[in-house]
Amino acid sequence: MSISESADTSLSLTETNPVRLGRFDLSLIPLGFAGLFLAFLVLLPLGWLLAFSVTDETGALSWANFAELGDPSLFLQPFITTLGIALGVATLACVVAVPLAWLVARTDVPGRRTLRGLVMISFITPPFIGAVAWVLLAAPNSGLLNQYYRWIAGAGPFDHLFNIFTAEGIIFVMGSYAFPYVFVLTANTLDRMPYDLEEASAILGGGRWHTFRRVTLPMVLPALLAGFLIAFLQAMTQFGTPAILALPAGFHVLTTKIWSLFQFPPKSHLAAACAMPLLLVTILLLRGEKFLLGRRGYTMIGGKTGAPQLTRLGLWRWPALLAALFVLFATVLLPNMVLIRASMLRTVSDPWNLSTITWSNVPLVFTLSHTVDTLRNTLITGVTSATLGAAFSVLIAYLTARRAVPGHRFLGFLATAPAAVPGIVLGVALFIAYTRPPFQLYGTLWILLLAFLTIEMPPAYQQMQAAFRGLNPELEDASRILGAGRLKSLISVVAPLLKSSVAATWCFIFIGAIRELSATILLTTSDTKLVSVLIYDLNEGGQLGGIAVLGLVLMAVTAVVVIAANRLANVGTMAPGR
Amino acid sequence: MPIRRRTVLTAAAGLAIARPVWAARPEPAVLTPDVIDAAKKEGKIAWYTADDLVLATRVSKAFEAKYGMTVQLERSGAERIYQRIAQEYSSNISAVDVATTSDLGHTVSWNASGWLESFLPSEAANWTDKAIGPDGIYIVDKFTLVISGYNSRLVKAEDAPKSWHDLLDPKWKGKLAKAHPGYSGAITNETYALSHLLGWEFYENLAKQGVLQVQSATDPPMRVAQGERAVMADAAEVTVLRLIGEGAPLVPVYPTEGVPVVGVGSVLMKKSPRPNAARLFMHYLASSECQKVNMENGSRSFDTTLAEPASWTPLSSIKLLFNDPADLAREAEEIKKRYSKIFGV
Repeated sequence: MSISESADTSLSLTETNPVRLGRFDLSLIPLGFAGLFLAFLVLLPLGWLLAFSVTDETGALSWANFAELGDPSLFLQPFITTLGIALGVATLACVVAVPLAWLVARTDVPGRRTLRGLVMISFITPPFIGAVAWVLLAAPNSGLLNQYYRWIAGAGPFDHLFNIFTAEGIIFVMGSYAFPYVFVLTANTLDRMPYDLEEASAILGGGRWHTFRRVTLPMVLPALLAGFLIAFLQAMTQFGTPAILALPAGFHVLTTKIWSLFQFPPKSHLAAACAMPLLLVTILLLRGEKFLLGRRGYTMIGGKTGAPQLTRLGLWRWPALLAALFVLFATVLLPNMVLIRASMLRTVSDPWNLSTITWSNVPLVFTLSHTVDTLRNTLITGVTSATLGAAFSVLIAYLTARRAVPGHRFLGFLATAPAAVPGIVLGVALFIAYTRPPFQLYGTLWILLLAFLTIEMPPAYQQMQAAFRGLNPELEDASRILGAGRLKSLISVVAPLLKSSVAATWCFIFIGAIRELSATILLTTSDTKLVSVLIYDLNEGGQLGGIAVLGLVLMAVTAVVVIAANRLANVGTMAPGR
Repeated sequence: MPIRRRTVLTAAAGLAIARPVWAARPEPAVLTPDVIDAAKKEGKIAWYTADDLVLATRVSKAFEAKYGMTVQLERSGAERIYQRIAQEYSSNISAVDVATTSDLGHTVSWNASGWLESFLPSEAANWTDKAIGPDGIYIVDKFTLVISGYNSRLVKAEDAPKSWHDLLDPKWKGKLAKAHPGYSGAITNETYALSHLLGWEFYENLAKQGVLQVQSATDPPMRVAQGERAVMADAAEVTVLRLIGEGAPLVPVYPTEGVPVVGVGSVLMKKSPRPNAARLFMHYLASSECQKVNMENGSRSFDTTLAEPASWTPLSSIKLLFNDPADLAREAEEIKKRYSKIFGV
């Protein structure tokens, strides 16, 4: 409340102060450029996408692409499958994540920090690696779990308990990698939620259930809804998992279908038309969330309240802990364990003993002459896009939070707009936009950099905007009164204060770039291949052991970089950030 | 877009047919120390290949060891490589020096686009006519067969399929792994040959068997070796033989109706950014030294100086089905489309 008021004051000062008005702040120029760049980043590819969807090969205006969508096997079947899977994933993610978040944030269940840490491991696991791990675990015949089942139940050679090559299998795997998002959102909300309101309800005679229903739930609802939405969108737009699991099962989802349209000869116009409904659904969902939440005030105002009193579970603590551990074991530990196991076997279904253990997968992966190159490419694009993206989102968040340039509202819109563009759609759009003059970037790492910047801009911007909201503008005002320009005060005053938020944003973008496959797969060439694509290639050749090695290396590198980034951000900080 | 490709290809196919019989091989190129020196200066070779990954890696390593140069190995399915090269060339990127494809139909359309350099390394000068492209636009530096086969831990020899039709037996429902012509050149060869030999009903019935649909022709042997499925509905023989050599419980089956032959052709790209390195690599691919590496890894060879391992089924006892590259080029797209319709992916 006080924050937004003072922001208004500073704005009105600027407008009424004649001296200020006359003096042109030179730092507006780079800031203005940042705004222009953002517009370019988002509008150019989307413009091309739209243009391609309504033209034919000769460039003439045509609705034929959309007419072709009437072919059920081309569009309708994959589309319906996609929506069904996404709904399943979002529901599963919420069902798993919400009780877990409540346990960790609001109860006295033992080992809460460890539980949180375990969830974070699945953040750094790219979903396509998880999908391969689940092939190793739950393929109907060679899957380890099914082997154990046959051994225990004494069942016949082709009996199985699980079959990962099914829609249910896909929902399970995607759910395993989507639930952390719901978990983090819900747990953070529960952490921050002032306990007074619940206490007040209790004092006024509300029972536990009543308080939960009328007070706690409404306050968590936005986070829950946002989490559901993120899980839904992720499942709808993911490429790697369905490519690894749905194609063997003999069906397409929309992303794999769009990908197949790029088989030679590439049908970019048809792909653009296919992408439009995906874009439309995403926009509708995002608007829908706004509509549902926008009418009520959900802001949790209030000064510092005491730490929330934890619900005492009593003896139930132990079953609760066991349940939480089981969930995390199944979704996080088990897949990683099976990757380690497979990385050391020549044939991944072999039993694990001294005679079958081999290091041959390691040389296989590393004698592929481009493995080292792809690792380097991945690191270069990851670090560069994280650095540029973090810097850029600081700038844009600053411009919009402090209303520093005319049209700041539009900037905010542009920065969040890519959230409505699924990776594969963006891949199509960037491919169209940057394979022709004036910007021939296909075949360079630049196009990947642009892709990652665009894809990661909305979450990065939102994180930074939230950080700015918590920062009183008085400090910057002081710096500016003392003669610093906007850019200078941004660099020397704001940036240090926001260090830990910037580091978090940096890591977020970095991890996002490592996990990305759907846009990447369309944009890499042999010279600009990334590890994610190399893993996909190895999967097409059935090299599961090699994938395990590469996946573990990728995750280890990611973990090291993320830890280093956090260490670096906290150097010189007296009190570590939140 | 399909129209454009189709017209070009039809024209190309027409040319191929009209080609006078005596437009035979070009003069064989002899490897000189000058070429080797120039190649070493270029330092590197970019090889896009549809070969089995392990085989391609071993060939690259052997070449690197011999000449002290780097091979940038890009291993993918033939159809993906075809797509990649087209995509790169249409964006004015010339990265590839030598391409190896298991769908010789690709060489027809590449040649029609003027992308190929006629080049016959002297090492291949004595190879049979089947091994040399018209005017030397490619050399078939290895070939393999599309076969069936099974996991000997899961299937008894007497129960194993003997023919393609045996795969339609209800007892194999849910037990087959199969590769995809939209990805694999070997499988494009197979689908062309078998759809003509057995009719599309064969594939329509096969689709009802609930196959595990994978991409590369090197994948079914691996899935079956892992025990994920019992029988390969199709597979590249090269990978089956290599895995057997490594101790995998696989048994090859050469179906009685006939076995599609997959010529794996290597081409020298006209726009190769490292023309000397590319030539040196073509020489190496055709050399007996490299042919031996190929054979050790399960690939068949046109080099008559090499004897096949005694454990292999001799070609003379197999009914072989040869495809004309021009036919492949003409029908490939229709085949893939029809296949996708039947199998759903």
